[in-house]
Amino acid sequence: MKAHLLFRGQDLDATRELPWNTGDLAADLGLDGVWSAMAAGDDLVLQVARLVMLDPLTDPDEILYRQEVLSDALRRPGVVRQLYQVAGEGLAAERSVYRSFFSNRPEQTLGRSVAVLDLFVGVLRKLRQVGEEHAPGFRSPAFQTLFAVLADQLSEDYLSTVQQHLKQLRFRSGLLMSVRLGEGNQGIDYVLRLPREENRTFFKRVGLRKPTFSYTIPDRDENGFTALGELRDKGLDDVANAVAQSFGHVLSFFQALRSELAFSIGCLNLHGALEQVGQPLCFPVPKTRGGYACSARGLSDVGLALRSRQPVVGSEIAADGVTLVVVTGANQGGKSTFLRGAGLAQIMMQAGMFVGADVFEASPREGVFTHFKREEDDQMVSGKFDEELSRMSQIGDHIPPGALLLCNEPFSSTNEREGSEIGRQVINAMVDCGVVVVLVTHQYNLSDSFWQTREDRYLFLRAERDAVGGRSFRMVEGEPLPTSHGQDIYQRIFGRTLSWPTPETS
Amino acid sequence: MSDDVTATMPGESDEPPTGRPAGSEPPSVSVLWSTPDGAPPGPDVAAAECIHDLNLDQVLAGIIAGRDEYGLAEFFTRPVRYVADVHHRQEVFRDLEQDAVRAALEQFATSMRDARAQSGSARKRHYLWQSERWFLGAANAYCAAAARLTEQLAKAPLTSRGLTDLTAYLERYVGSSAFLSLRSEALDLVDRLGQVHYDLLIRGVKITAGHYDEEADYSKVVLRTFERFQQGAVKDHRIQHNPSVGINHVEAKVLELVASLNPDLFGALASFYQIREDFIDPVILRFDREMQFYFAYLSFLVPIRAAGLPICYPVVSSDSKQVRAAAAYDLALADKLTRSRETVVLNDFHLDGPERILVVSGPNQGGKTTLARTFGQLAYLASLGCPVPGREVQMPLPDRILTHFEKEENLDTASGKLEDELIPIRDIIAHASTNSVIILNEMFNSTTVLDALALGRVVLTQMSDLDCVGVCVTFIDELSRLSEKTVSMVSTVDPDDPTVRTLTLVRQPADGRAYAIAIAEKYGLTYAALKARVAS
Repeated sequence: MKAHLLFRGQDLDATRELPWNTGDLAADLGLDGVWSAMAAGDDLVLQVARLVMLDPLTDPDEILYRQEVLSDALRRPGVVRQLYQVAGEGLAAERSVYRSFFSNRPEQTLGRSVAVLDLFVGVLRKLRQVGEEHAPGFRSPAFQTLFAVLADQLSEDYLSTVQQHLKQLRFRSGLLMSVRLGEGNQGIDYVLRLPREENRTFFKRVGLRKPTFSYTIPDRDENGFTALGELRDKGLDDVANAVAQSFGHVLSFFQALRSELAFSIGCLNLHGALEQVGQPLCFPVPKTRGGYACSARGLSDVGLALRSRQPVVGSEIAADGVTLVVVTGANQGGKSTFLRGAGLAQIMMQAGMFVGADVFEASPREGVFTHFKREEDDQMVSGKFDEELSRMSQIGDHIPPGALLLCNEPFSSTNEREGSEIGRQVINAMVDCGVVVVLVTHQYNLSDSFWQTREDRYLFLRAERDAVGGRSFRMVEGEPLPTSHGQDIYQRIFGRTLSWPTPETS
Repeated sequence: MSDDVTATMPGESDEPPTGRPAGSEPPSVSVLWSTPDGAPPGPDVAAAECIHDLNLDQVLAGIIAGRDEYGLAEFFTRPVRYVADVHHRQEVFRDLEQDAVRAALEQFATSMRDARAQSGSARKRHYLWQSERWFLGAANAYCAAAARLTEQLAKAPLTSRGLTDLTAYLERYVGSSAFLSLRSEALDLVDRLGQVHYDLLIRGVKITAGHYDEEADYSKVVLRTFERFQQGAVKDHRIQHNPSVGINHVEAKVLELVASLNPDLFGALASFYQIREDFIDPVILRFDREMQFYFAYLSFLVPIRAAGLPICYPVVSSDSKQVRAAAAYDLALADKLTRSRETVVLNDFHLDGPERILVVSGPNQGGKTTLARTFGQLAYLASLGCPVPGREVQMPLPDRILTHFEKEENLDTASGKLEDELIPIRDIIAHASTNSVIILNEMFNSTTVLDALALGRVVLTQMSDLDCVGVCVTFIDELSRLSEKTVSMVSTVDPDDPTVRTLTLVRQPADGRAYAIAIAEKYGLTYAALKARVAS
């Protein structure tokens, strides 16, 4: 019995550790805002959203599998929320039965397992009934399989057999077991036995074939009672194990079901929030793996939309077959927003989610990595330049070929000649290893050196700027220019023009 | 260790005295001593001091670790005095090189250990029915082990006298009617007890026992019902019941009920326990203990050999003072270094013709002390009859190994350091004979060069007069040129140390690019470095 709402034929591994760069990714791409919109106050949803979005799917089929689950959820939000609730009842039932922390003796394990399973049977029945009622409205293979499994595995006949055994396992009429002698004449091979029909008396008492010999533990022999308990345990060991494992299995089914549904809940919440803002959303088309492909219309940063509570301007990009995207142009022209939008869309697509775009088609990447300029070195241990370098070095330790690397003004904390020299080495190495790099830079020396290569697979975008310095926040194709239009902003702030130095063109 | 006994050491004879009339049946068999009576009379070599100085205490501790029950320290602190005993042991070691022989003997040792544990366990039991059963198990295990070992040794191509004598003894023993009846009786009882199958019915505080009546297995029914809920379940909640733990009084009562159900069988068990008290043969008992000497030593060598270090059988002689060691090393150091996967340095040395003393000098940390220890260890281990750490080794069989290693300064004595040092050295010379091995490490370090030279010359001259072999580690290289008996060895250092970086500044054109690249290099971010990292 498995939920398998997130992975085809596989559970969500809730114990999985978040990737090493979770902090950087969240800060650089504004993921925290997205996650909190998904969670809407539910900690489990928050935790699962984080886990799932940072464990990207790379197989387009797997992405579609999840998209179908989410389509079902968007179509039947009420039923999905009900299932989430029932799974929660199962977990609450387990917590309601007292657990002794001081004993793991079989008889006690058995007792607790029987008590909890008794409650579980009720929850399982409810789950099956929800399925029976609503299954026809669900189209995704994941939900269809889940409902079919519930109907098949949890039939009324089966659940009542289980309940009978749960009653019998309290052994009200005595415990019978067979035993052999071990190396030291101690009892071994204890096997729990079902008394023969002819040996069950009218009073439901059990008997044995004659001759028999008996011993009764005297009153007040406390050690004797303990020893008797241990003897019972030996007979109950296997059964207690089986029942405890069953209890554990059903419990973990409830846990998995609830966790996996939590992701749907998160997506429902996010979808609702973005719909309210009026941000256009679509299910992306994951392209078959191989070369890099990315084309989009209206690609926008949903995090910004959530923060500003209004729809944000989308960009267009056609980057199929590209290995390096160099973004230059006006300050405050939306370059960082573009970079965040591209990163978020990639991550959301590979989580099986909808993305903030009118159309988004891209190939899955082996992970998204970010290297954004930091305002300050908050640790104060190393200089800013050292901090940048060591962050890039960490990326070098972890990034696999086939990943997507988003760089926002790398190595700008040193002079341009040094910074662009290191930048060239790093970016060329990444690109040559099959990492697709999107680079936002002000360093003309760096961007121009890529332009000069005339490499077809390099795409050059510029933050759009009209003749009078107005900004559209859109990216258009264009070669790097030797200025970042800082003078525009200077002029706006100071109200006067500034003669800008001509950059070196070495 | 008194002087008069040392003086009467029969160093010329290779054979120990037996004191036994010719042609009489050997009373016993020993795999350690060439005379079956065991260690011949005579003094133990003064071992404690040299064991510590040569770091052999670490080695011996490692060798005997985990074998406390055999009392092996006695064997390893008692070097032999006759070459015949060295050969006796080397022969056994060589027989043990055959995997089949070693495996058979190790298996026997394990069985004996189990049997002893079971019979020891029997004695500790509070409840008679249980003691009797443990005792029976021990007897049964012992019989099976003895019979199996006899069979295995009989078909093995043994060459050592120790093991061929033992095999002959075993063959007589397992064919004896006493052994055969013990074995068949034990087997029969074990078999019958194994067939006992009973039911227990527990209701409230009452336990009823009866014969098993083929009732259905309820566990199976439950397991089948709950099967579909057990997919992927990994946690095992079962309690591990330890059968070697004694039974409690309720289980003892249950056992009484079972005995009442099977009165004949339990009667037979009781009489077996009473009649067969000391079933282990004393010769086998001794052999089992003595074999541990070999197993302990060989198992200590396993990681050493695995590290590729050479081990050889030394040529040991009582009439030649020639010393020859090729690719030899300090076993204690090798044990430590192989654990941390570090390299062990091998050394060659020899004393030919009139040469008697290696005088080792040279820079510190150069391995001088290690060489001195190696020399002493080879002599000691060879005189235990053991294989030694080296590719090819020849050593005289010493009557004593006398060592002097610098001690921590003793604050309690009023005497000066030089005096503290002179007294033990005087004692060494006083106790040494021409057949001794003397190892002097860092002698007279605390005094002036002139004093040290003068005193060292006196000591070495006395050693030369005794004509015994040894090593002297000293900072005074003049001592190596004392006479034809002294041979100089020096420690050396590699003149090019590649790990130390130069701090020299040289004039070169300043270049910002080079600086950036230097920084990138520091972080592994140059094109080549990063590409190699990401692609891997």
